[in-house]
Amino acid sequence: MSADTHVVHADHAAGHGHDSLRSYLIGFGLSVVLTAIPFWLVMSGVLDSRKATALTIMVFAAAQIVVHMIFFLHMSARSENGWTMMALIFTLVIVGITLSGSLWVMYHLNVNMMPGHAMSQMP
Amino acid sequence: MNTRITIAQDSAEVPVFYLVDEHEHAEGASTPLGFWIYLMSDCLIFAVLFAIFGVLGGNYAAGPSPKDLFDLPLVAVNTSMLLLSSITYGFAMLTLEKGRIGATQIWLAVTALFGLAFVGIELSEFAHMIHEGATPQRSAFLSSFFTLVGTHGLHVSFGLVWMVTLMVQVAQHGLIEANRRRLMCLSMFWHFLDVIWIGVFTFVYLMGMLR
Repeated sequence: MSADTHVVHADHAAGHGHDSLRSYLIGFGLSVVLTAIPFWLVMSGVLDSRKATALTIMVFAAAQIVVHMIFFLHMSARSENGWTMMALIFTLVIVGITLSGSLWVMYHLNVNMMPGHAMSQMP
Repeated sequence: MNTRITIAQDSAEVPVFYLVDEHEHAEGASTPLGFWIYLMSDCLIFAVLFAIFGVLGGNYAAGPSPKDLFDLPLVAVNTSMLLLSSITYGFAMLTLEKGRIGATQIWLAVTALFGLAFVGIELSEFAHMIHEGATPQRSAFLSSFFTLVGTHGLHVSFGLVWMVTLMVQVAQHGLIEANRRRLMCLSMFWHFLDVIWIGVFTFVYLMGMLR
């Protein structure tokens, strides 16, 4: 019982520090794994399908970004009364619209402007 | 009549529709949020550059393709440099919280060395590509590649300048409140650049090899 309270007290006194060291180390470990696997997948070509490999490494990238946000940038819904989270969500919405919109529109433009396509229409 | 109205206006409590007194703000209390919003705007710059690369990344103009140019082991080394610099900056922040000025300076120096290694490897990669004729003018793919990766590299370089500046500041004034705040902002900046690099190595280098 007394040992228990002692631990709690020490933890409280060390305060943020102990938690942070652990959080940095966990974040680093996860990042190493989440970086190594995509590189290994592409360099060894384990998955036969390129599409499957591309999708997998995208999932790993998204996971690693979340890991960095939580363990390195210390994002939480509570920091700055939630305003950093609001700014982040707003940015993600804009980024999503920009990326998907550009890729979508330009892909269709490319398809319709293909030289082969234009040639076939020529008399 | 006229005078009476004036008097009435003077004596009456003038209604106030806005906050007259600035309520107390501790100095620099709003800096973290402000800096975060700056980072989000920076994030938009990179999003646009990623979109450009996504659109133009396949236009080789009969020039070299990612498979001819990219050296994945080198990119892996570069990625580990940036990741290591992220964790060492974390250690600098931990020693900063404990007020250990010498340890903080050492961790900052280690971080700067990893960052310098990253920029050095990237520059040698660029030099190698340009030497082979893969210049930004060669194709739309290479223009967008150099713009995106170069902008990230430029951010890291400015981060290094900032880091050296802060090391001098800490050496001169110690770990005063202002320096702690500045180191906190640089910490956010540095980790943010690592986040952007995740996107770069995934979408530019790894996906490039899959094209």
